[in-house]
Amino acid sequence: MAPVLDIQHLRKTFGDFIAVDTLNFQVEDGSFFSILGPSGCGKTTLLRMIAGFQQPTEGKLLIRGRDMSRVPPNRRPVNLVFQNLALFPMMNVRENIAFGLKRQGVGAPEISRRVDSLLERVHLSGYGNKDISQLSGGQKQRVAIARSLVLEPSLLLLDEPLGALDLKLREQMKIELKKLQADVGTTFMYITHDQSEALVMSDRVAVMHNGRFEQIDTPRNLYSNPATRFVAGFVGETNILPVRASSSAPLQVQTSFGLMLRATPVGNCQSDTLDLFIRPESIILTPAESHEDINLFPLTVQNILFDGSNTKLLATVGQSDHELLVALPQNQQFAHIGKGDTVPAGVHVDSCRCYPRGGS
Amino acid sequence: MIRTLPRQKGYSTAFTLYIILFYVFLFAPLVITCILAFNDSNFPALPWKGFSLDWFLAQGPERIGLLHDSSNIRSIWVSVQTAVWVSILSVTVGTMGAFLFEQEDFRGKQALYFLALTPLVIPGVILGISLLLTANSLGIYFEDTFGVDIPFLRPSFWLVVLGQFSFITTFVLLVVSARLKKFDPFLEEAALNLGATRLQVIRYITLPFLRPAIIGSGAVAFLMSFENFNTSLFLVGSETTLPINLYLQVRDGSTPIINAVSFLLIVSTSTLAVINLLLSRRQPTP
Amino acid sequence: MKNHFRLGLFIFITPVLLWLLLLIIVPHVELLLMSLHGKDDMGRTVWTLANYRNFFTEEIYWYTFVRTALYAVIVTILTFLVTFPVAFYITKIVSPRLSGFLTVLLLMPFWVSELVRVYGWMILLRESGVINHLLTSAGLLDAPVEMLYNDITMLMGLVYTSMLFMVVPLISSLEGMDDSLIEAAHDLGASPMTIFYRIIIPYAAPGITSGSIVVFMLALGNYLTPKLMGGKNSLWFTEQIYNEFIASFNWNQGAAFGFLLLALSSLIIWAGLKISKQQLGKALS
Repeated sequence: MAPVLDIQHLRKTFGDFIAVDTLNFQVEDGSFFSILGPSGCGKTTLLRMIAGFQQPTEGKLLIRGRDMSRVPPNRRPVNLVFQNLALFPMMNVRENIAFGLKRQGVGAPEISRRVDSLLERVHLSGYGNKDISQLSGGQKQRVAIARSLVLEPSLLLLDEPLGALDLKLREQMKIELKKLQADVGTTFMYITHDQSEALVMSDRVAVMHNGRFEQIDTPRNLYSNPATRFVAGFVGETNILPVRASSSAPLQVQTSFGLMLRATPVGNCQSDTLDLFIRPESIILTPAESHEDINLFPLTVQNILFDGSNTKLLATVGQSDHELLVALPQNQQFAHIGKGDTVPAGVHVDSCRCYPRGGS
Repeated sequence: MIRTLPRQKGYSTAFTLYIILFYVFLFAPLVITCILAFNDSNFPALPWKGFSLDWFLAQGPERIGLLHDSSNIRSIWVSVQTAVWVSILSVTVGTMGAFLFEQEDFRGKQALYFLALTPLVIPGVILGISLLLTANSLGIYFEDTFGVDIPFLRPSFWLVVLGQFSFITTFVLLVVSARLKKFDPFLEEAALNLGATRLQVIRYITLPFLRPAIIGSGAVAFLMSFENFNTSLFLVGSETTLPINLYLQVRDGSTPIINAVSFLLIVSTSTLAVINLLLSRRQPTP
Repeated sequence: MKNHFRLGLFIFITPVLLWLLLLIIVPHVELLLMSLHGKDDMGRTVWTLANYRNFFTEEIYWYTFVRTALYAVIVTILTFLVTFPVAFYITKIVSPRLSGFLTVLLLMPFWVSELVRVYGWMILLRESGVINHLLTSAGLLDAPVEMLYNDITMLMGLVYTSMLFMVVPLISSLEGMDDSLIEAAHDLGASPMTIFYRIIIPYAAPGITSGSIVVFMLALGNYLTPKLMGGKNSLWFTEQIYNEFIASFNWNQGAAFGFLLLALSSLIIWAGLKISKQQLGKALS
């Protein structure tokens, strides 16, 4: 069976500006696929091309094997949940959800049945006759999703729909959305600049930068094996240290403040100016064992950033002024550490990932 | 100086006094006109001779009340018809103009928009005479060339409608455009995305969104037409509109029947205005 | 980028073009052409500048013209002076609840036909009018005085008729002004005068411009008020036009007068927009 979405050599330029640069990818049926990227990376343009609001400059776009280039937006089997939701303020909840079915000429009893079943699915039974202005942010969200899902699209596009919600609600909606997708089985294509949204909900995530995909992978791989320097820097918190390679195979690097570390090269690391990426949680304080694969160095605590289970340290190596972010383990083990203390620390070679400097 | 700042007592009192005087100034002529419509006298003047509905109801022969004054009744009817036609035409064309200038792109749009605004700054008298001249020239042309007489090209009902339409449309255009500017273009895309055609988008999304502006500007168009004097002055034929008819009566001396007409006008227009206001207040503006 | 098909453009543009072409452009071109025509000695229609020559040679014509323009300017200034305190009071001084009510009250009289309003003033002010009756019965006047038919009354009438078109833009521009601007200026030690000239007036400037333009245009083109309230021997220019059209039946002369009035009003509006650096679209909406 053909993939839900098949993108071939898709390219979109505005004058000299390349918004989407020759993309090739497929989205599998029933998956939750996210596109993660900073604003201006071209993700919205890509989404609007899939929805049909923009025409590609080059390339093909197939939905369930059918070429979409001559299909106008109102005939495409994709539905879009807009960033600002775009609920029709002149209609109530029920009329909003029924809008698409009415356009298809579905009979009134059938519309009523399908709207009710969807209202139930998004936990809004009994809200059908409310006005849009009477709903809370999270409820509006669910109406917008229900309005699209009722049409049983091949592909549901979501354009940062959680952006307008406050933090708590956003956390809650993330879980709800993931459950909903598993429940209905529709393919979701989710656009966001928020990595946590992408990582929590998705089966696969594409990281987009300057109109290109840097990496398409599972959230876990994206985090632990970022393929490029951009992905390493964009996904998750990390320490970035400019380093010079002093020997290769095995790679040994020296930081600007003189620390020598063994590291793992990713990609083409021929040049001797590299960037070293170390995740905060991979720096282990007072390592129990000294293994040859572990780099050891002393850390002086400069500041403690208390945040409950997520507490971190800002620490320097000796007297240098380059601060490293270190995540503390969650068992209160280091609760006694204070400002100015010096503690031994270690980091595994595999967690010291080096990428070529500059470019992406 | 303003409500939150401390202010001197003298300043406040003087200011309040001025405002009271202003509102007296504002309402004095209207209130007096209304009161004198019920004075049992043959002249719209004091002294007060007692309450009477003669100027509304009397059947003659000494006094003829408004209800039995065929000339005024006829002119009210003419004005209503004129206003209905003007509202329909100007709301239609004004709304289309709003769509044109807000949603379409074409060469010379700025120039055309500028032109569409000018009717509001052309003195009404000028609109009237230029239309009169043109209609007259056209009439002569048709008569000389084809030997046909087109009655509507002489001062007539339809010429009045056209004359008022020519500038009231600009007003509608401005009001509807202002509302259309607030329209979220994503609503249109959302409707397309849900399978609506372009026509259905306008029918189910854009027009309902514009409805308050369309109704409001339609009501104002009706009132503007109903009370128009300057433009109509040169275009009326045998069917005189109410303001022209009243003017002729005022110019030639006055009877309290003018007060009676004025009273009805004041009551009905204020009612309409208040209804319009309440309706526009109730509409939530997203 | 919008994906409208061109049929939409065609549907929308046709009525708009018809309206502007047939009812605005063609009639005004015709007005200009008519003003450049006249009858020669043989009664034939010829091209001529005589209609404009008449305007400059007959003192009464250009006197009326200049007088009308000057009075229209005076009306505009007076209207501003009368209504500004009201707009300020409504938006900045009175409590917000009362402010809505006062605004509605302010607009009500203007929904009523201008003729009715002028008529109201006539029965108030004329010799047998209400004010004279009250003053004489109170013993303040020995004999009734004619208060109608002079320039002062006419000016008052014009101000009265045009107030709405000044006060509405003033209110909307002052409404948009954050009270904290005034509070900040006060806090920084500015005197009320300074606040007024340096903060409030500049802020309300767009409203003042659009109000002034509309008031000026309406006063210039007014026919009813000068005709019914003004003196018998001091004509307003629109009456001059009316006379040429209806009384003398000299349409060519009337067209020339009309065109001059149009030119004057356009010129002043253009100058007003230039000085205040505004655009017509913004000033009107």
